[in-house]
Amino acid sequence: MSQANNGGGKAVPVIELRNVSKTFGEVRSLSGIDFKVYPGEIVGLLGDNGAGKSTLVKTVMGFHRPDSGGEIFFKGKRIDDWSVARARGLGIETVYQERALCEKQPIWRNMFMGRELRTKLGLLDVERMRAECSRLMSEHMGFTSAAVHPDNVVTTMSGGEKQGVAITRALYFDAELVILDEPTMGLSLTETKKTLDFVSNIKKAGKSAIFIDHNIFHVYPVVDRLYVLDRGKVAGVYDKSQITMDQLIERLYHVARTGTLS
Amino acid sequence: MSTETAKARPADNRVAPPSWLRRYGSQLGIIGVGIAMWLSFVFAAPAVFTNIDIYKAFAQTTPQFGIIALALTFVVITGEIDLSFPSIMALGTATFCLLAQAGVPWPIALTGAFVVGAMCGWINGTLVARLNIPSLVITIGTSFLFRGLELVLMNGTGVPLTADQYPALHAIFREPVFGVPVQTLWMIAVAVVLWILLNRTRFGAHVFLVGDNPTSARLMGVDVVSVKTRAFMLVGVVAVLAGVMTSVYGYYFWPTLGDGFLLNTIASVFLGGTSVFGGTGSIVGSFVAAYIIGAINAGIVSAGINAFYTQLCFGLVIVLSVVLQTIIERRIRRQSITGR
Repeated sequence: MSQANNGGGKAVPVIELRNVSKTFGEVRSLSGIDFKVYPGEIVGLLGDNGAGKSTLVKTVMGFHRPDSGGEIFFKGKRIDDWSVARARGLGIETVYQERALCEKQPIWRNMFMGRELRTKLGLLDVERMRAECSRLMSEHMGFTSAAVHPDNVVTTMSGGEKQGVAITRALYFDAELVILDEPTMGLSLTETKKTLDFVSNIKKAGKSAIFIDHNIFHVYPVVDRLYVLDRGKVAGVYDKSQITMDQLIERLYHVARTGTLS
Repeated sequence: MSTETAKARPADNRVAPPSWLRRYGSQLGIIGVGIAMWLSFVFAAPAVFTNIDIYKAFAQTTPQFGIIALALTFVVITGEIDLSFPSIMALGTATFCLLAQAGVPWPIALTGAFVVGAMCGWINGTLVARLNIPSLVITIGTSFLFRGLELVLMNGTGVPLTADQYPALHAIFREPVFGVPVQTLWMIAVAVVLWILLNRTRFGAHVFLVGDNPTSARLMGVDVVSVKTRAFMLVGVVAVLAGVMTSVYGYYFWPTLGDGFLLNTIASVFLGGTSVFGGTGSIVGSFVAAYIIGAINAGIVSAGINAFYTQLCFGLVIVLSVVLQTIIERRIRRQSITGR
């Protein structure tokens, strides 16, 4: 059976998880997850606290290794030695809930974290990283070039600015798939608007995204498809055309109370 | 109305890049301490400190532990500590002596010693990074392990390292080059290489990230285990270099080699402004701090002050410098660049 082309005429998913479970000691965070993201698609991930959203994201990113039996496919190809470095190398970038910044370091080090630019000699190209960082900050993060300098340490920045670094970092590398884990958490109204615009732009650029947020009013308008997670399981998958926001909210309440969608 | 308020408060968040002082504050601080101490020595004993001999003296002895401080800076920046390097010095040098006595040519024997140093570092690093054992605890354990192995191998006896027997080693590690103590030339060479390694390579960049926030580093694809292991291996190799250099300087390999090196070396790293919490630190700081500590020793004795004052002076300089560094650092941070 060829795994390279599943679903016949349908496009091959950018990323696909088959029967993925993840156990931490005695806690089963994910069980038997099947999950797909197609090219140019924005997938929303909804679920209560502890539903497994962040664990799923970190599994997609290679930070967690799935329990045996689970499989990860990138563009239809099964990948066994999945790791963060591998995932990023293939063009998957994440804006983590916890931002994943190193706050004592200057902005440029954070911007190029794990994928530092080098000269032909293999040494770090610090000047180019500073210059690129400066450009990105003024072009994408809306900082006037004088406001924040690439050499400033991250500790000195506001929550929105830190999030700006995390988002710009995911964007810059021309990712195929961008994962945003609660990107609007702790942001001001304008910063939230900017972030949501950014998600819509991903789609316009023909890239895919996974969007996770507690706030269904943020998620619903920008996504094409929705996964509802509950207690580590996929409780439901919806095309946005199939369900209105009100129906969705009702179902989420139902899931939260009973643990099932029916 | 609202536009009025907006206009009334123009964007005042324009800020300059962090000043030179802010970026290099702790490095300048330690250089300042060094100069101040030197001046006080010159005033206290002008006859001694205007004579070149005193500088030659501590330029020969300081690198013996200073070189290790340079490498140890990497481990401390990753947020760990290595207390086993004095034992690695001895075990590595013992390896060299045993191989050389067995008739192995000296370059190969020296390489073998470095391999042993790297292996010791690998063991430390693996236990710390892969098994997540606190380095403070496990490197005390491996310190006894390496020392014990060395004592058993050597049967507790030393080995003479005369210039007749090892002319090449003496030329490399003992003979001054145009009057400049070769030990200090080694220290400068190692400092340059390690500065590049820390500030201009991916490994160095990852050392900072791992020490700052290991979870963030892992989330962004940095291999924390490998970075920490390599930092420990670096200390192992450099400790062996220092061990051989120290033994050649004394014409003799003592099985107790490394005793008395521990605190000087660690003090150099912290005095140099490298944070015990990880994530920040500099090679320049450790370099200057090592010479300050070396100079206190040589200075007190040759200034004719009773040698019992050495430790007191050590303590004062180290405690005062670290306190000052902390205060200055806080000051600088409070005037935070974006005004928050």
